[in-house]
Amino acid sequence: MTAANPASRPARLRNLDRFGRWLIILPPLAFLTVFFLVPFAFAFKISFAQTAVRIPPFTDLLTSHPGGQLSLALNLGNYAYLFTDNVYAISYLYSIKTAFFSTLVCLFLGYPMAYAIARASKATQNILLLIIILPFWTSFLLRVYALEGIIRDGGLINNVLLWLGIIHHPIQIMRTSFSVYLGIVYSYLPFMILPLFATLEKLDHTLLEASADLGSPPWKSFIDITLPLSMPGIIAGSMLVFIPAIGEFVIPSLLGGPDNLMIGRVLWDEFFNNHDWPVASAVAIAVLVLLAGPIALYQYYNVRELEQ
Amino acid sequence: MDDRRMTFSFTVLLFGIAFLYVPMVVLIAYSFNASPLVSVWGGFSTQWYGALLHNRQILEAGALSLEIALVASTGAVILGLLAAIALVRFRTFPGRLMLTGMINAPLVMPEIITGITQLLLFVSMVQLFGWPHRGFTTIVISHVVFCAAYATVTIQSRLVSTDRSLEEAARDLGSGPVRAFTDVTLPIILPALASSWLLSFTLSLDDVVISSFVSGPSASTLPMVIYSKVKLGVTPEINALATIIIVVIGTCVLLAGWSMKRSERQRELEVQMADR
Repeated sequence: MTAANPASRPARLRNLDRFGRWLIILPPLAFLTVFFLVPFAFAFKISFAQTAVRIPPFTDLLTSHPGGQLSLALNLGNYAYLFTDNVYAISYLYSIKTAFFSTLVCLFLGYPMAYAIARASKATQNILLLIIILPFWTSFLLRVYALEGIIRDGGLINNVLLWLGIIHHPIQIMRTSFSVYLGIVYSYLPFMILPLFATLEKLDHTLLEASADLGSPPWKSFIDITLPLSMPGIIAGSMLVFIPAIGEFVIPSLLGGPDNLMIGRVLWDEFFNNHDWPVASAVAIAVLVLLAGPIALYQYYNVRELEQ
Repeated sequence: MDDRRMTFSFTVLLFGIAFLYVPMVVLIAYSFNASPLVSVWGGFSTQWYGALLHNRQILEAGALSLEIALVASTGAVILGLLAAIALVRFRTFPGRLMLTGMINAPLVMPEIITGITQLLLFVSMVQLFGWPHRGFTTIVISHVVFCAAYATVTIQSRLVSTDRSLEEAARDLGSGPVRAFTDVTLPIILPALASSWLLSFTLSLDDVVISSFVSGPSASTLPMVIYSKVKLGVTPEINALATIIIVVIGTCVLLAGWSMKRSERQRELEVQMADR
């Protein structure tokens, strides 16, 4: 913490200030480095190991020999395996496709919602925001479970459709691609709305009035003014949905069928069912490579937003 | 013209809200269903709530999860407060970019990636130092990481908007830097600390993927038990449990929001009075 006029303070006190600063910076920096950043290095390392029947179930990369020599054994086989077995490429692409279209649906559904909230009166706005945020606070897992309850064969949607006479036999919603999309949109919609709302709320309405006065039709004003100005919100919201959706496990596992293989599920099975930790690590690294770009983009917009 | 667009937006808004809430309302309703068949309504009953009280597995997992959430959210708020102060108050320091990255990345990182990488770290650490053994400790550490990220962002946005001149005035009057912060700024950001604690608590209480990776065979948290039961199909007991969790957390969030609004208004009023 800097004093009002640091130059006038004695050197001893300034050193104390500097020491105090590091007392504040160091704990979060060190903790997150050790427990968030360093783990990626270990995953990278273990992705070059081989499975072994021992605890933990993989080989050491470095072995020391009696003569004091060290030998390094790098196994590229895990990465080669990702290319030879189709299941990885298929699930990788299916994850990208699913995350992309879910993000798009969230955007098309979330934009008008955020727009309506942004235009509501201040008091209504607070209530509406609370309504949108509340599901995010309660429980992700239980919400997926709740959704399963209404899309089951004997669930609410099928019962209502049968009762209305629109269908005569229950339709299969569960364990399809559709149920996975539905699950992702349902779970991540609030993440899309909040950043969109934040940018739409700041929008200067005099710009729209000016454009209307100059004879621009509403749709053109929207495309020329509202849309470009809400771009930061669109990008932040899309990244908040797209990135976690790529690695989503719970939703495809509970709502999807055997065909809806997302990469998160493959990783989970590789780890928990096949006990192949090195291949699971290689999958994790492959997902990370895919997500590096979107994460950097999100980071860039988020930091800019917070520092403004 | 503008009206038509508003009508459209509001229709979508209402539809969206219904979409978010109908499944939860149905779930709550079915938790009072006497019939064990989940698609048939067999009359009103609270038997599943009673059955819950005798389910040792669920009770033990619930106790463990509450314990983890208490410790993890407290740790997350402390780290989050420090990180927020560092990012808001200190313009430049070595590692600043790294810290921002490590705060923002866990917010979006797929849990499955965080989970497996952290497990590999813990396993390697045990080989090297004999610590930490998988279970309570490792789950708490993992939860602190992602909860601290949420806490930092929450506290940061509040800290940015606080008036530094008050704190500077306190320092001019002879307060030390820590004293000036705790006396002047801390009370102002207290609502943010409270809400980030509550958010961390609920996030920790909800996590299934990361916990599954980093917990040992001995420790099963409540979400892990719920997940494994749900995986086998819809069970009326879980409906009852889900209802309790949703209602308790929902009430807490609403109460917290309401009391924060009130204290905020109180503070604004005091500021206005002082300005006169």
